[in-house]
Amino acid sequence: MTTVYVPRDTTALALGAERVARAIADEAARRGDDVRIARNGSRGLAWLEPLVEVETPAGRVAYGPVAPKDVPSLFAAGFLAGGTHALAHGLTETIPYLARQERLTFARVGIIEPTSLAAYEALAGFRGLRRALELEPPAIVEEVIQSGLRGRGGAAFPTGIKWKTVLAAPADQKYIVCNADEGDSGTFSDRMIMEGDPFVLIEGMTIAALAVGATRGFIYLRSEYPLAQKILTDAIAVANDRGYLGADILGSGKRFDVEVRMGAGAYICGEETALLESLEGKRGMVRFKPPLPAISGLFGKPTVINNVISLASVPIVLDRGAAFYRDYGLGRSRGTLPLQLAGNVKHGGLVEKAFGVTVRELLYDFGGGTATGRPIRTVQIGGPLGAYLPESQFDTPIDYEAFAAMKAMVGHGGIVVFDDTVDMAHMARFAMEFCAFESCGKCTPCRIGSTRGVEVIDRIVRNEERDKNLVVLDDLCTTMLDASLCALGGLTPYPVQSALRYFPEDFGLEPAAAAGPDA
Amino acid sequence: MHARSNTAETSAAAQPLDAERQAEVERIVAAHTNVVAPLMPVLQAVQAALGYIPRAAIPQVARGLNLTRAEVYGVVTFYHHFRTEPTGRHIVAICQAEACQAMGSAALTAHAKRSLGVDYHEVTRDGVFSLEPVYCLGNCACTPSIMVDANVHARVTPERFDEIIDELRAAAR
Repeated sequence: MTTVYVPRDTTALALGAERVARAIADEAARRGDDVRIARNGSRGLAWLEPLVEVETPAGRVAYGPVAPKDVPSLFAAGFLAGGTHALAHGLTETIPYLARQERLTFARVGIIEPTSLAAYEALAGFRGLRRALELEPPAIVEEVIQSGLRGRGGAAFPTGIKWKTVLAAPADQKYIVCNADEGDSGTFSDRMIMEGDPFVLIEGMTIAALAVGATRGFIYLRSEYPLAQKILTDAIAVANDRGYLGADILGSGKRFDVEVRMGAGAYICGEETALLESLEGKRGMVRFKPPLPAISGLFGKPTVINNVISLASVPIVLDRGAAFYRDYGLGRSRGTLPLQLAGNVKHGGLVEKAFGVTVRELLYDFGGGTATGRPIRTVQIGGPLGAYLPESQFDTPIDYEAFAAMKAMVGHGGIVVFDDTVDMAHMARFAMEFCAFESCGKCTPCRIGSTRGVEVIDRIVRNEERDKNLVVLDDLCTTMLDASLCALGGLTPYPVQSALRYFPEDFGLEPAAAAGPDA
Repeated sequence: MHARSNTAETSAAAQPLDAERQAEVERIVAAHTNVVAPLMPVLQAVQAALGYIPRAAIPQVARGLNLTRAEVYGVVTFYHHFRTEPTGRHIVAICQAEACQAMGSAALTAHAKRSLGVDYHEVTRDGVFSLEPVYCLGNCACTPSIMVDANVHARVTPERFDEIIDELRAAAR
């Protein structure tokens, strides 16, 4: 029997993977070939999806992008034995895009069937949890601190420090909350983990629970991810069934229960305190801080709230040790970051690299330039609140501090590529418009400032008292930056001001006028 | 950004729920008695069962969960995905976020509105489609993306959009 892998990841399905799987099953039946079709997550080579892989004695051989009409010719070419074909890429592991990555958090994604516990265990699964069960809580926390892992949701706060605060907070009940409200445009790494390797998230949450003394966990998942909901729910059921979750984790006497809760289409609920409000069944209004969620979080109890990738990176830290993880990266940005190449890019997908890789390497060595074949004019990194980078900044390494120094942010690692047809005044206006649409309304700079921002940008573009309105926009951005309650209002000026600073000609200004708003 | 229909806010009195739908809401509330913070899951279940959250269901949900009507109304109207009006049989959502804009989602949106003959938050005359905006479907490496009910479609050209629509329209007949 030959195993053929056809991904059941959202992107692969959106490109017809289901029909491809059916075509392969039908053709195999017609020819009398003994084929098992396995449904894995995605390898993250999005431009090759649906990427079909065949298990051979030499390893897995890749074919893609496969359409149903290609299936008869694949069989004719002997693809079940790894035969050559126009769509063949050789051994999957040797495809340069994959071979050049450092896959720690994504070690299993695309390789295993997501809800197969046996496959997970066979590739080091639950080894981190077993080690954590042998340690005292402070030792687990210390390991995470030493790894240098910082919050991958975007804020980059040290994960271990957050845990330490929760561990030290006395309470009858503590919670682990996973922020799976991945709303940033250009990001899909959380989704790929949840769809492709859900056990690693469950394991990470369980380790967090052991570290701080929590017994209950919630995954707050955005409603745009129905497939992730299904796969996570199935995986949680398997983990409960096999004693990795529930009243007595692996016979330790420790309890931890996890459930998935769905959002309802509000970007602001990716902000941790708005998320907690939403989990409590309220409007997703941002809370004042302090108190920090680590002290008074969900239902007023000490709460660890971490992004999917942060939690999914914990098992390998516990399994291989803090030093192993910390040895990747540079400066204060340790370990790896799953970057996502998105938008107008030829080879879009998931690239997990140690911090230090440059934007240019990502865009050209991995991304291969634009999909349209035109020059790259700008990239937006870090979601809708991230700055637009001009070509002159493409040699910047992916590093939290290097990005902060140029008023940009790494955020959740999404890189949206635009070619030279983009209108940057439109993108700046969109940033304000998006903020107005998604603002929770609690603080004035965000609620009112975003609407005024749209109007002011319109006036600048229409050349209505342009110089005066540039001053107003600068003032407005300063107010939003300094006085907003959370990152939505507080970072919306990043895309706006970077667009104006580096692409003033799109606003009807002379390129030389760019210096003004930079001050 | 895209003004949402304010019919729900302005209509004088909500139509009372018929007995069948009232019983359905009752069942949903009863099924969540042991759930911590049940409001969001209850509203999601009501919308899944009835297709939307009728205004008349709000007092019933409030009573069942021991909340005020204002609290329930506040939550229903905060979240973009909660709907207080019936929809078409299929919901077509077009991603408006940056990664899709970079690959022509504005042109796709214009085409969709023209081809369906509706604006956002409207239902086609035959009742088959509702058109909605959405901000990111997590399919950003193969854009522009649309979601039809629970299915995402990648690299959607205007031609591909029409194929998807024609197929569903034919099936709806």
